[in-house]
Amino acid sequence: MSDASTNSNAKINDNEKGLVVRIIDSDMFYSFRQSKIVMAAAFVTLSYFLLALFAPLISPQNPFDLANLDLMDGLTPPAWEDEGQARFPLGTDDQGRDLLSAILYGSRLSLTVGFASVAFAAILGISLGLISGYVGGLVDTVIMRIADIQLTFPSILIALLIDGTVSALFPSSNREDTAFWVLVLAIGLSFWVQYARTVRSSVLVEKEREYVQAANLIGLNPVTIMLRHVLPNVLGPILVIITINLALAIITEATLSFLGVGIPVTQPSLGTLIRIGQDFLFSGEWWVTIFPGAALAILVLAVNLLGDWLRDALNPKLR
Amino acid sequence: MLAFMIRRVFQSVIVMFVVALISFLLFRFVGDPVNQMVGIETTPEQRDALRVQLGLNDPVLTQFWRFIMGAVQLDFGTSYQFKQSVAAMIGKRAPATLELSLISAVFATVVGIPMGVYTGLKRDSWLSKMFLTVSLVGISLPTFLIGILFIFVFAVQFQVLPSFGRGEVVDLGYWNTGLLTASGLKALILPSITLGLFQMTLIMRLVRSEMLEVMRTDYIKFARARGLTRRAVNFGHALKNTLVPVITITGLQLGSVIAFAIITETVFSWPGMGLLFLNSVQNVDIPIMAAYLMLIGFLFVTINLIVDLLYVAVDPRIRVTGVEL
Amino acid sequence: MSEPLLQVRNLIIEFPTRKELLRAVDEISFDIKAGEILGVVGESGAGKSLTGAAIIGLLEPPGRIAGGEIIFDGQRIDNLEHADIQKLRGKRIAMIFQDPLTSLNPLYRVGEQLIETIQTHLPLNNTHARKRAIELLDEVGIPAPETRIDGYPHQFSGGMRQRVVIALALAAEPDLIIADEPTTALDVSVQAQIISLLKTLCRDRGTAVMLITHDMGVIAETADRVAVLYAGQIAEIGNTRDLIKSPKHPYTNGLMSSIPSMESVEDRLVQIPGSMPRLNAIPDGCSFHPRCSKAFTPCTKSRAPLIDVGDARAACWLYGAEVDNG
Repeated sequence: MSDASTNSNAKINDNEKGLVVRIIDSDMFYSFRQSKIVMAAAFVTLSYFLLALFAPLISPQNPFDLANLDLMDGLTPPAWEDEGQARFPLGTDDQGRDLLSAILYGSRLSLTVGFASVAFAAILGISLGLISGYVGGLVDTVIMRIADIQLTFPSILIALLIDGTVSALFPSSNREDTAFWVLVLAIGLSFWVQYARTVRSSVLVEKEREYVQAANLIGLNPVTIMLRHVLPNVLGPILVIITINLALAIITEATLSFLGVGIPVTQPSLGTLIRIGQDFLFSGEWWVTIFPGAALAILVLAVNLLGDWLRDALNPKLR
Repeated sequence: MLAFMIRRVFQSVIVMFVVALISFLLFRFVGDPVNQMVGIETTPEQRDALRVQLGLNDPVLTQFWRFIMGAVQLDFGTSYQFKQSVAAMIGKRAPATLELSLISAVFATVVGIPMGVYTGLKRDSWLSKMFLTVSLVGISLPTFLIGILFIFVFAVQFQVLPSFGRGEVVDLGYWNTGLLTASGLKALILPSITLGLFQMTLIMRLVRSEMLEVMRTDYIKFARARGLTRRAVNFGHALKNTLVPVITITGLQLGSVIAFAIITETVFSWPGMGLLFLNSVQNVDIPIMAAYLMLIGFLFVTINLIVDLLYVAVDPRIRVTGVEL
Repeated sequence: MSEPLLQVRNLIIEFPTRKELLRAVDEISFDIKAGEILGVVGESGAGKSLTGAAIIGLLEPPGRIAGGEIIFDGQRIDNLEHADIQKLRGKRIAMIFQDPLTSLNPLYRVGEQLIETIQTHLPLNNTHARKRAIELLDEVGIPAPETRIDGYPHQFSGGMRQRVVIALALAAEPDLIIADEPTTALDVSVQAQIISLLKTLCRDRGTAVMLITHDMGVIAETADRVAVLYAGQIAEIGNTRDLIKSPKHPYTNGLMSSIPSMESVEDRLVQIPGSMPRLNAIPDGCSFHPRCSKAFTPCTKSRAPLIDVGDARAACWLYGAEVDNG
C-alpha cells in the first residue's frame, strides 16, 4: 500500500529529470549496483562478446586453418605442466590445435549461433503472436495448438528432429556449409513458442482497450496500432526471454555439437571441442575437455545470471 | 469432472494424431524409403516391385491409415540401417532408458521439493542462498558437461564408479533390469544424477517461487491470524497449495527426462533408446526416428493424463462443480 | 475491570525503503475496553490496517514496530517471541480480513478449516470439534450447516464466506477481534447483514472489536467509540455519538460533511480539498494544515498533542489555544 504510493511518487519525480538521471535513479539500476554478482556477470558477458568479436585479431593461431596445424604438436599439455609449451598456453588437442585459439573461435561460433537462433525465434514468435492475437479465430487456434504440442516436446528433441530431417532432405550438400544454418533453424524453431504466447496475451488485452477500438473506427491501420501500442508493453518480458533463451540456445548448440549433429570437427564450436576431448579424458589429457567446458560453463552462467536478475528487476512482484 | 476427463482424453487423442501425422510425413516423404532399403545394383524393376510391395503407390491417406494401424500394433517397419524390426529394437532398449529416467525423476523430486520448501520458507538463510547459487550453476552447466565432470572426478580420478554401460543386467523376459545387481545399481548412480540434476534444480526453483507466492496470500495470513502453528501453516496450508503447479511441471518434466536421456546416454554409453535415436538421426534411419517420436508422444500424453487425474485429487475446484449458495 | 483490555501506547511503525525510512504509524495511543467496539476510521494509507496487524503480530516485513508498547490484558505483547504471540492469535485475539474470497484456503473444506482452528485452541476430539463447528456455522447464519460444513469455499458466495470467516474468528471465543474492513469487498446488499451479525455476536459474547473501516456509516451503526486516523496519527478520538454530532477536529468535520445525510439541508456534499500526503512528504507541523480551512500559525510550526475537548480528545491547536487562554 505504502510501497505503491512511494513508487508512483517516484515516477512523478522521474518525469522531471533527464534520461541519464532516470536510469541511474531507477530501481533496475539500483538492483544492478546492489549485486556484485550481477555486475560480475555483466562484465564477463561483455568480455565474451568482445573476445568473440575480435577473436581473429587476438588469438595466437587460426584454429580453422588446417595449414596451421601440426600433428606433432598434438596433445601438448597446458604451458604450466612439465611438457607444456609457451606457444600453447592452454595446451593443444589431438590435431595440434592451440586450445586458447580454439576456445576463442569456438565462443565466437557459439555466440553467433546463439544470437542468430534467438533472433530467428524472437522474430518468428513475435510475428506469430501478433497474428494469432489480432486475427483470432481459426488462425489463433491453429497457431496456439501447434505451440501447445511443440511445448510438449523438449527443445533438444525438436532440434534433433529438424536437424535429422534437414540432413535427410539435403543429403548431398556440404555439411560444413549448411551446419550453421541448420543449427540456427533447428534451435530457432524450438524456441519461438514463449515469444508467441507472451505477445499474444498482451495483444488480447490491448485489443479490448478503447483507444484501439477508437483507432479502428477512425480507420487507422491495425498493424500500426499493434506495433505502436502492443510491442512496447511486451518489451520487458521479451527482453527477459531473449536473455534466458540466449543461454539456452548456447547450451543447445553445444549439446547438439556434442552429440555429433551440430558444428563439424573442422570448425569446432565449444561443444565440438568438448566432444573431441571426452575421448582423451581417460588417457590423462584432461585439458582438451576441461578448458572448453569451463569456457562454456562460465559464459552460460554469466548470461543466465543476467537473465535472472533482469527477470527479478522487471517483475517487482517477486522482489 | 467426467466431462473434464473426457475432454482431456479427446485432446490427448488429437495430440497423438498430430504426432502420428508428423511421424508419417517424416517416414514417407523424407528420403525415399526404397532408396534406403536397396543397394545400388538393384534394377528399376526390382525397385518398382518393392514399391508396390511396400504400398508406396497407394493413395497417401491409405498409407497414413496403414501407418497408424501399424503403430497401434507396435509395428513401425524395419530399420534401414540394421534391417531389423524397429519395435523389437526399441523394445530391447526401452528398459534401460525407462529405468534411468524413473530413478532420475525420483531423485529430482525427492531432493528438489524439500530444497524448494526450505528456500521458500527461509529465503534469507545462508543455506537457501547457497542452494540457489548452486541451482543456478546447475541450470547453467549443460547436462553433458556435468556428466563429463562426474566421469572425470568419480571414474577417472577416484575410480569409484563406472563411467559407461549398465553393469550386470538381469533378464526378466520382456524386461531387463539393472536394479537387481550391485554393479547395475552402481552404474545407475552417475547417469541418473546427471540426468536428474537439471530437473531437480527446476523443481526446487518452482517450489520456492510457488511457496513465496502462496505465503503472501490472504488465506495464509488468515491461517496465521487464527493461531495455527507454524508447522500447520507451512506444511498443511502453504505446501498443499503449491502442489498443483509442482505436479504439473514434475509430470511434464518426466517426459523431458526421457528425451534428455539422449544426452546422458551418449555421455555414459548407456544402451538405451536415446542412443538408438541419436544414431538414427546421424544415419537418417527414418523408421527409428518416427517410432521414437511416436513413443515419446505417447509417453507424454499418458503422463499428462495422469497429471490431470492428480490435479483432480488435489484441487476440489476441479473435482466439484461449483454450486453457489 | 478498570484496566482496559488493550492499551496501545505511542505505537510507531516504520518501513525502511532504499531511499528513506518511512513512518507509517506515528505515535498512536488508544485503549479498547473489554466488550467495547472501537471504530478506527481513516483514508487508505492512514495506518489503520498496519496498526491492526501490529497488534496481532502480523506486520509484513520490512514493516516493523519501531517504538511504543502494546499491552493486552496487562501483558506486553509487542515484543513477544513468535511462539508466544502465536498462542494469543485466534485464542485471545482474532482477526478478520477484508476479502472473504481469498481468506479461506481453497483446497480445504470449510469444516476442515474450522475443526483445525478449534482443535488448535480447544482440547476437543474430532466428533466434538465437528459438532462445535456446526454450531458456529449455525450461529453465523449459514443455512443447513450440517451439510454445508463439507462444502469447499468456492461453493459459498462472498457474503456466506465472510460468515464462515467470522465463525473461524470466533472459534475459540477470543476477547478481541480485529476486523479489517470486513465488508469492503462485499456486495452492498450484504454489508449491513455482516456488520449487524458481527455486532450481535460480539455483544452476546462480550467480545471487544477493533473495527477498521473507511466507512463512517458503518462506524455510526456499530462502534461505541471512534478513533479517526490521519497520516499515521490520531486526529480525534471519542464517543461515536458525540464525534458524529459535534466533530472537534477539522478533518473529522470534513469527513462528516462528506457523508450524505437524510437530515442534511445542504444541497451538495462538501469535500475536503486536496488529498492525504504521502508518507515521504508529510508536512511539518500538523500534517493536516495544508488542507485545513481553519489553519493558523501554530499549525505550521508543530504538531498538536491530543487535547481534551469535553469527553473527546482532538489533536488540534484550535483547542490548545483555548487551554492557553484559560
